[in-house]
Amino acid sequence: MIHAAGSGHPGGSLSAAELVACLYFRVLRYTVGRPDDPSRDRFLISKGHGVPVVYAALARAGCIPVDELKSLRRIDSRLQGHPDHVRLPYVEAATGSLGQGLSVALGMALAERLDVKHDYRTYCLLGDGELQAGQVWEAAMAAGKFKTSRLTAIVDYNKVQLDGHVRAIMDLEPLADKFAAFGWHVEQIDGHCVESVLTALEAVTAQSEKPSVIIAHTVKGKGVSFMEDTHAWHGKAPTTEELERAIAELEAD
Amino acid sequence: MGKATRAAFGETLARIGAQHPRVVVLDADLASSVQTKKFADAYPERFFQIGIAEGNMVGVAAGMALCGLTPFIASFACFVTGRFEQIRMSVGYNNANVRIVGTHSGIGIGEDGYSQMGLEDLALMRSLPNMVVLQPADAIEAEKATEFLADYNGGPAYLRLTRQNVADLNGDGYRFEFGKGVELREGNDLAIVASGACVGEAMAAAELLSKRGLSVAVVNIHTIKPIDSDLLHRLASRCRRILTVEDHGIVGGLGSAVVEALSECREVVVRVHGVRGYGESGTGVELFAKHGLDADGIARVAAEFIARDSDRHGV
Repeated sequence: MIHAAGSGHPGGSLSAAELVACLYFRVLRYTVGRPDDPSRDRFLISKGHGVPVVYAALARAGCIPVDELKSLRRIDSRLQGHPDHVRLPYVEAATGSLGQGLSVALGMALAERLDVKHDYRTYCLLGDGELQAGQVWEAAMAAGKFKTSRLTAIVDYNKVQLDGHVRAIMDLEPLADKFAAFGWHVEQIDGHCVESVLTALEAVTAQSEKPSVIIAHTVKGKGVSFMEDTHAWHGKAPTTEELERAIAELEAD
Repeated sequence: MGKATRAAFGETLARIGAQHPRVVVLDADLASSVQTKKFADAYPERFFQIGIAEGNMVGVAAGMALCGLTPFIASFACFVTGRFEQIRMSVGYNNANVRIVGTHSGIGIGEDGYSQMGLEDLALMRSLPNMVVLQPADAIEAEKATEFLADYNGGPAYLRLTRQNVADLNGDGYRFEFGKGVELREGNDLAIVASGACVGEAMAAAELLSKRGLSVAVVNIHTIKPIDSDLLHRLASRCRRILTVEDHGIVGGLGSAVVEALSECREVVVRVHGVRGYGESGTGVELFAKHGLDADGIARVAAEFIARDSDRHGV
């Protein structure tokens, strides 16, 4: 998809692959063909640049045609470079200006409380780099105050952002302590272990007083040796030869 | 003197709350100033205190709107529209039904000085393609505009209100027509096109000018976007001169909207009058006088504009 587009963000899509797959194929309640179903679970990808992995899941789920994936980033496509809710209602909100998604997800979780007819959960996938934005912590503080227990944040903690390693640019640690101090229930897992991801996503449903965050330790560019743990693959498309090597490695994995 | 448009907004919101179960109100620690306190007292389950975190407030409101609610988020105009990146991304681009309410617009707020004055808010909000922009001129119009926004379902909207009291211009039977300018006074030598707190001053200025033999129309633009282009073109043909007057910076506000609407019109000369430079402390009355936005100031600017334009045409 990103190869066909000639540009995009493979590293942050690969690090979130298991997280997104677990959500779309085991956890989220939604009806294919009804993106406006008021009782659907809401899933927002706040790290909008990682949206190709969401498009892939939507195609596999049957929400969009698989062939459409080749239109990523092309003119008139619904698959914009970053999510566009108006063109593609299956993405719950436009994101891509980092740091805003958790606020929007909190709004959805608060709206659910006022909705006497429908029950749903709200999930928000955050990048690690965007946790450097103050608005994320404004939202975290507010979610703690409002005790939105049906809101779950998932941090794709792949340790790498555009300019380099997160710890060198603006360290987030101690990350779990920070969320806990803001009134959140915290789970820490290996974000590439499907069993751990599913266990954590199940565990958060037991919360009735606190919002939950799953800090998923991941590897940027996971599964492709030359893309792993490097900011060089934050935002560039593979060549044809690189794509073939990457697919061979992923299929062998 | 009538009352502040922020007061009329707050009273209306509390009054219509029962008939509008989807309306929710978000606050960033200014409920008593922006007058949403009455709604908060009447409907505590639909009032959300977000704290001094306007960027988060914008995002939360967007999420609520995407789930079918109609959130009103109110703060001082500069603080809420200053979260432009959040408004652009989470509200505008999502076409979310968020009502952004900016009170304490312009230099009319007085003593608090520039940091609390909304002087760029119209420029910011007008720049977003789907953002509706309303600025009522008196209390009744603020009431009608609030009712309109509670029912409007077409996307994001910005409502600009005053801190200070403004004169009553419209009678009890006033009908608010979205997108339509209101010609409050007819005239042929010049049309003053004003909005918000300046409309009342413009009416008084037109009275002063009539004593000097000048026939001046006054038009109230409560819907700054989409602006009433047809009316502006009719005024252009009839008066040939338009003076825009607003308590906002001269870049990007009502004046810019009028000039944009008339950009291919050969029949008219437009002069944009508003606030130049940053604001400052002083009473609102003193500041309106200093910036030429009171009746005397507007009359002075109008007379000079007519005289210069007449010279140019050798009239």
